[in-house]
Amino acid sequence: MTAMIEAEGLEKRFGPVVAVDDVSLTVARGEVLGFLGPNGAGKSTTMKMIAGYLTPTRGTARLCGHDVLDDPIAVKRRLGYLPEGAPTYPDMTVTAFLDWVAAVRGFRGSDRRSRVERAIGLTSLHDVLYYPIEALSKGFKRRVGLAQALLHDPEVLILDEPTDGLDPNQKHEVRKLITAMAPEKAIIISTHILEEVEAICTRAVVIARGRVVADATPAELAKRSRWHNAVTVVVGADQGEIAAVALRKLEMLGTVEVDARGADGLIALSALARDGAPVEGPVRTALASVGIAPREIFIERGRLDEVFRDLTRREAA
Amino acid sequence: MRTTLIVARRELAAYFATPVAYVFIVIFLVMLGALTFAVGNFFDRGQADLAPFFTFLPWLYLLLIPAITMRLWAEERRAGTIELLLTLPVTMWQAVLGKFLAAWAFAAIALALTFPMVITVNVLGTPDNGVILAGYAGALLIAACYLAIGAALSATTKNQVIAFVLATAACFVFTVFGSPVVAGFLADAVPADVLEAARRISLIGRYESVTRGVIAVRDLVFFATFIGFWLYANAVIVDLRKAG
Ligand SMILES: Nc1ncnc2c1ncn2[C@@H]1O[C@H](COP(=O)(O)OP(=O)(O)O)[C@@H](O)[C@H]1O
Ligand SMILES: [Mg+2]
Repeated sequence: MTAMIEAEGLEKRFGPVVAVDDVSLTVARGEVLGFLGPNGAGKSTTMKMIAGYLTPTRGTARLCGHDVLDDPIAVKRRLGYLPEGAPTYPDMTVTAFLDWVAAVRGFRGSDRRSRVERAIGLTSLHDVLYYPIEALSKGFKRRVGLAQALLHDPEVLILDEPTDGLDPNQKHEVRKLITAMAPEKAIIISTHILEEVEAICTRAVVIARGRVVADATPAELAKRSRWHNAVTVVVGADQGEIAAVALRKLEMLGTVEVDARGADGLIALSALARDGAPVEGPVRTALASVGIAPREIFIERGRLDEVFRDLTRREAA
Repeated sequence: MRTTLIVARRELAAYFATPVAYVFIVIFLVMLGALTFAVGNFFDRGQADLAPFFTFLPWLYLLLIPAITMRLWAEERRAGTIELLLTLPVTMWQAVLGKFLAAWAFAAIALALTFPMVITVNVLGTPDNGVILAGYAGALLIAACYLAIGAALSATTKNQVIAFVLATAACFVFTVFGSPVVAGFLADAVPADVLEAARRISLIGRYESVTRGVIAVRDLVFFATFIGFWLYANAVIVDLRKAG
């Protein structure tokens, strides 16, 4: 695995504000890095520095071995970048815009046409080709921005909130597209949607107040949750009390949460493992000992949203 | 150079994407005509030349050139497209030069549409067409100077109106420096060598000598340096201001 994106001690100050503080990360081919953090954490600023738009106050970044400060044009040739908000020229039509981007990227003649067509196909823009971009819905605008980033089939993709403002179907399409491209590319996407990280990212970097507070796989992050390996069982309405008493007797369980489940009268009990150890077996045994056969039983991987809140809040305190 | 022209082509097309360009050209032609014929006594002077036309042109440009340049960077910054432009494989110089060339081409198109004036004087008399050509060359040069100022100042703000006002003010300063009226007015208050320095960087004197048909190398060098300086300033300002 060779690193295709390397950020080294990136720092950006805006006057007295330290927006990005010593951020280092590497992304290899085949990786999709989810860049997470609350609003104002410094995600966009970091991406702008890697893309060669903002000059770092300190540190640098390399793409495919090219330093963004020494050879920005080499970096920009290899990079597909979707800036935050997907800015595009509103008075141009979709085809005119994509054709212009392809021209700037140095493609000519039939090569240019086929690249534009390919990008249009990937982002399903066929129906709006001759619309001025300003007349498009937010979802289409974002796809035009995405098409622009994919035109030259770059080795590296940096996408700042690629699914922001899309409806669930469009989000799904974009995620499918990113997953399909992932094996040949190194990709960074920023997002605050945690399910997205679980769905498409091979690694997550969490930043808060400009600093990296976690760099791990989504599964590793999930392990840090109180809910990692928690067991939830669903029992009949009359069995709730008995089951709760039985489970609370178990040493290895932390808390047991009881939750009445709407109209069907069923009760869900969630047993959190004290140290994230697997507890399914003991839970089943304890329930069997009081004569309860659960109707459903499932094991949680952990709740990313909670881990995310912990990580970013601790930093803020 | 190819990339510069591709940037310029988009920019020029953007001028004509809305009716504003056509309205602008009509206003330019009507005002220039009105000034030349009504104020400049084009017919009554009894001379077959375009002298009044070229006398009024810089003053009209003072208002109209900033209208051409105000959009160039301010709108790009407002809409956020500057981030797109500067993360494509385009150097700062290609972007700055491309935009400048597009604005210059637009100004040249508007200027070219004054050709009926040339036909009129040629029908009415026998003008020195060489001098008229020199006049057009001078017009293109002073337009380029104003455009370079306006483009650079358009990068200081996200607001086109502010860009317009700044550019008009700056162009005005570089124009009146050389005018005898202002020099006379300031003669008591300002030391003579300051006035002399001001006269040297003023555009209007050199413009007038070009339009009279006196094309001196040092004037051309001055214009080239002046434009180059402002394009350089443009690149510096874009770089400094792109963060916000
Ligand atoms: N151009 C700028 N000038 C001043 N401060 C800025 C600028 N851009 C971003 N910031 C500040 O830097 C911090 C990080 O912003 P940003 O990178 O946009 O965060 P994110 O993308 O994670 O929401 C914020 O506090 C923001 O206010
Ligand atoms: Mg952001």
